[in-house]
Amino acid sequence: MDDSELGFDTINLGHGSGGKMTRDLLDKLIFKTFSNPFIDQKHDGSVVKIDGEIAISTDSFVVSPIFFKGGNIGELAINGTVNDVAMCGAIPKYLSLAFIIEEGLKIVEFREIIQSIKAAADRSRVLIITGDTKVVERGKGDKIFINTTGFGEVHAKAKISTGRIGIGDKIIVNGYIAQHGMAIMSEREGLAFESDIVSDTTNVNFLVKDLLDTFGDKIHFFRDPTRGGVASVLSEIATDTNKGIAIFEDQIPLEKQVAAACEILGLDPLYVANEGVFITIVEAEIADHVILLMRKDEKGRNAVCIGEVTVDHPAKVVMHSSIGGKRIVSALIGEQLPRIC
Amino acid sequence: MKYLTEYRNLADTKKYLSLIEKTVTRPWNIMEICGGQTHGLVRNGILDLLPEKVRMIHGPGCPVCVTPLNLIDKAIELLENGVIVCSFGDMIRVPGSKKSLLEAKSNGGDLRILYSPIEAVKIAKENPTKEVVFFAVGFETTAPANALSVLHAEHEGLGNYSILVSHVLVPPAMEAILDDELCNIDAFLGAGHVCAIMGFEEYYPLAKKYKIPIVITGFEPVDLVHGIYLAVCQLEKGVHEVKNQYTRVVKPEGNKVAKEVIRKIFEVGNREWRGIGEIPNSGYQIREAYKKYDAETKFGISHMKAPENSDCIAGEILRGIKKPNQCSQFGKKCTPYNPLGAPMVSSEGACAAYYHFSNN
Repeated sequence: MDDSELGFDTINLGHGSGGKMTRDLLDKLIFKTFSNPFIDQKHDGSVVKIDGEIAISTDSFVVSPIFFKGGNIGELAINGTVNDVAMCGAIPKYLSLAFIIEEGLKIVEFREIIQSIKAAADRSRVLIITGDTKVVERGKGDKIFINTTGFGEVHAKAKISTGRIGIGDKIIVNGYIAQHGMAIMSEREGLAFESDIVSDTTNVNFLVKDLLDTFGDKIHFFRDPTRGGVASVLSEIATDTNKGIAIFEDQIPLEKQVAAACEILGLDPLYVANEGVFITIVEAEIADHVILLMRKDEKGRNAVCIGEVTVDHPAKVVMHSSIGGKRIVSALIGEQLPRIC
Repeated sequence: MKYLTEYRNLADTKKYLSLIEKTVTRPWNIMEICGGQTHGLVRNGILDLLPEKVRMIHGPGCPVCVTPLNLIDKAIELLENGVIVCSFGDMIRVPGSKKSLLEAKSNGGDLRILYSPIEAVKIAKENPTKEVVFFAVGFETTAPANALSVLHAEHEGLGNYSILVSHVLVPPAMEAILDDELCNIDAFLGAGHVCAIMGFEEYYPLAKKYKIPIVITGFEPVDLVHGIYLAVCQLEKGVHEVKNQYTRVVKPEGNKVAKEVIRKIFEVGNREWRGIGEIPNSGYQIREAYKKYDAETKFGISHMKAPENSDCIAGEILRGIKKPNQCSQFGKKCTPYNPLGAPMVSSEGACAAYYHFSNN
């Protein structure tokens, strides 16, 4: 079907009215794309089965620009929530999907977003089982906002909690950091610079499942360092556990172009947002095996141990700089601001 | 990365640290002028690696920190009156007397964060019915680009572009610090990027008059420990010369083209420094021929005044008399979440550097 069959080129307030226009939009675009036994009921909600404990996570996506190198807001909305559910030590199964659309969004753009959502959901093997579409007046949104809530089955062997993080545990990251944030930054107004940096937004649920299948409760913690970056996540963990965290500047995996872009813009990659990146904290004895397993997977190709949990400096993250110095790494305060010179 | 990795290596850092250790026989106070250098020292953990006898004093070289409160108030005033205000990033969270630019933005002001003032000229061209002002803050380093934006606006025939100028100069600030009776500085690390523009010929008379060694220094860890070593060598020998550590970037005469652009638009005049007060001939102001690009004149806001927060000791910090952790409000009433003064906000500010990166 091409867009002319829809009979309109842009989303307008009528599409959020709950009347015929809403139904048309849902039938022709949303129900059709996401068809599955649950959503096909076209009911207000869905009844599903999940075995054992359930992990639930919700997230709203407001990224601007909505299309960027390496992805778009739709893909992000799926991967983000799928990963958040996986970080609970669970296998994501179902998602809800809600749009808040600013009137004037082009149908071609909306269709592209929907298709990315479908592709990302398929890749993660999750079903979209319920949703909502609202349209707001021009100026009251920013093209499109998406909220997704994910539901997953907690892995039988998983015991993930900050309480299980112990002294001597190793901190492992699955790959290059700061790529997503710098890809977005490179396309923002006023900061535009040419680069081939591509967002690494992706789902990591299968890699997480492999890790849990193999190492079970020797994996103590998972977390994806999205906004606020690696520094903010580690800083929160240190505070929550009242244990020290030591990280090593030399070990932080950073792709060359990303490192250069951060250097030019005066940004610290430790605070730059990530997608498709996760940190796991594991018992020291399995750390090398975890890294080996991760490196066999495309999504863990550059996995590396970046630090460890220490008795020293409780509640603080200390970075060992490449020249042999030390410094405290604190959580991000507000937005990271580019420097004057 | 070429020109970076080789200046961040452990072996060279250790080499200079051990040379400093071997050379130093008594305590010395060395001031790094530039906030970028302060950040480099703290971020890389260099302060803890230096021998106790070498004490680093953090200088006034943070453009955000020394921009007077009334200039921030003026930028906010413009923003609240429908002007598109463009600014470098780290200026926007600095508190004015009532609020910051960021707060004024959330109340509806059209504030744009830019990396280059030339972008602001583009915005002026795209918004012919709006006034566009670039908040031209900084030392000699940012002056050429800010001056160039005026030339671009003139070339484009734009009547809706102007700059709110708060340009300050390094040598007069060094002199003001040295003239202060509380001054305890034995040597300076000169600000590498300022000298990349201006050269370092103007430092010879300073070194001679005050009998003080000045080492033009870069920003990477190896640069910093090398610069400190060159300063300590002079201090131990009792000589006071101008040395250039940052030879890969700085030439004695500086950047002639950049200096010419500055000279065309700006002339030297008195300037108020936040926390320090007015220093004669310590800044740039727009020349008469280009006054129509001067936002203060254009919008009639030059009279605005603003009192400093009395709890903030930024003045003493910027003159090197006190360290951030010697302030009674440090980390208590004053944090990056709720800064009382600019040095706690700017990424180059000494207070923020201590808060974020240091154990102290």
